[in-house]
Amino acid sequence: MHGHAHDIASLWTEDALRQSLAAVVILAISAAPVGVFLMLRRMSLVGDAMSHAILPGAAIGFLVSGLNVFAMTLGGLIAGLVIAVLAGLIARATEIKEDASLAVFLLVSLALGVVIVTVKGMDAEHLMEFLFGETAAAISADKLMLIAGNATVSTLVLALIYRPLVLDCVDPNFLRSVSSAGAAAHLAFLALLVINLISGFHALGTLLGVGIMIVPAAIARFWSRDITVMIAIAVGSGALAGIAGVLASHEAGIPAGAGVILAAGILYFGSVILGPVGGLVWKLFPGRHLEA
Amino acid sequence: MTGQLQFRDVTIGYDRHPAVHHLTGAIEQGALLAVVGPNGAGKSTLFKGIVGALPLLAGRIDRGGLAAHDIAYLPQVAEIDRSFPIGVYDMVAMGLWKRTGVFGGIDAEGRARIRDALAAVGLTGFEQRAIATLSGGQMQRMLFARLLLQDARAILLDEPFNAIDSRTASDLLDLIRRWHGEQRTVLAALHDLDLVRAYFPQTLLLAREPIAWGETATVLTPQNLLKARQMCEAFDEQAAACAAPVAG
Repeated sequence: MHGHAHDIASLWTEDALRQSLAAVVILAISAAPVGVFLMLRRMSLVGDAMSHAILPGAAIGFLVSGLNVFAMTLGGLIAGLVIAVLAGLIARATEIKEDASLAVFLLVSLALGVVIVTVKGMDAEHLMEFLFGETAAAISADKLMLIAGNATVSTLVLALIYRPLVLDCVDPNFLRSVSSAGAAAHLAFLALLVINLISGFHALGTLLGVGIMIVPAAIARFWSRDITVMIAIAVGSGALAGIAGVLASHEAGIPAGAGVILAAGILYFGSVILGPVGGLVWKLFPGRHLEA
Repeated sequence: MTGQLQFRDVTIGYDRHPAVHHLTGAIEQGALLAVVGPNGAGKSTLFKGIVGALPLLAGRIDRGGLAAHDIAYLPQVAEIDRSFPIGVYDMVAMGLWKRTGVFGGIDAEGRARIRDALAAVGLTGFEQRAIATLSGGQMQRMLFARLLLQDARAILLDEPFNAIDSRTASDLLDLIRRWHGEQRTVLAALHDLDLVRAYFPQTLLLAREPIAWGETATVLTPQNLLKARQMCEAFDEQAAACAAPVAG
């Protein structure tokens, strides 16, 4: 167990810790805005399910080349994109809703992933890392570069599709009457979802990686009624939870994913109680009514 | 004639079932037309077909040289996600889409036009309000401000006066009359027949099939209205393919 003073000093001396801190902050900047749109499109659980879809792809990468960052990323990326696009197209072309369409794909692909991992054989320690993130916050330089690259693409693309994406949520019929960009924006958004899940998966594990997307968005809902402000709050709270979680993981030797998502969970319950938009305190003690 | 909307044996629907069946006719540039009919008569479907949001099952619509951005469309309020965290100003600003497109910014002239449009509908001071906090009437005023900015030659209003008070309705009717005076084509799906008789010179009575189309007084007769009410709302799952000859 490290002492507190030692920890602060080790920020500047331990590469792995510095890389882990950088990775979670970059991840928050990249993934939290995507999470805000997921929530507003009522697709939060789709993100959750989607994270399982990446498993067989990553497992195939693992099958081919063992625990190699780029092979597992490429596998996850291909699996995620194929499933996102197929499920999205099927939902747009048929009567089935997008969430149900995705759920079918994801269950099948999760089952496939389990089979592949079992057949190849993975020891318990690596399986824990695969599912819940690196123990004691040790994100490698390779993974950091990958997360930063994904974040750059994600932030740029989100800026490009921002306007049609907002309109496709709030008033899709109006968007269809002025532009045909809605469908393209939706598919691009699903692609962003996949690459951010891959980043989350490398930093926080396959099961908890999606949390850095979903939880900060849910926090932001309690603090603002404006989407721009919500995105800023989601990024801020995601980064805060990331830093706190990585430090806790470093200190206590728990998996990074668990540390970060628990920290985010604390912020979430604080927001449920204190948040000015629908928070409990404001509901119970609204104050005297106003003049006008 | 340019700016004329022409329907040639148009059928629009869902899963091959027609919701608008064999509609033929023309709407002159500058017409002020009420589209009347029972629920399920195909009024919204017709509008979605005109703006291209729904594909036609048969026939064709000749838009008389009107491009997509020349036709402004007011969807039913129920189709808008009012819980979405966006402010009145941003929502209205989308009316400038023809100028800004997906990426363009809003310049000083655009901002001035947004200000004027908000003033014209009586929403000055509401710029920063979230749309979730608007009343039904304020919501409809906001959507009319967006229509003003679209500056379109044809305007399609789907049930614009549903669940709003008489003062808001009369303010919005003033805007519609102003558009009519500017020679813009205005189509409105409506349920209030007194309002139609008072303000709309022409009416299309629709009950899936067109029942009558022309001067409002000759269309809204008791016989026609009775005929419209007798329309069967349910689709027949065993219906055979329509045998009517396909128009050229």
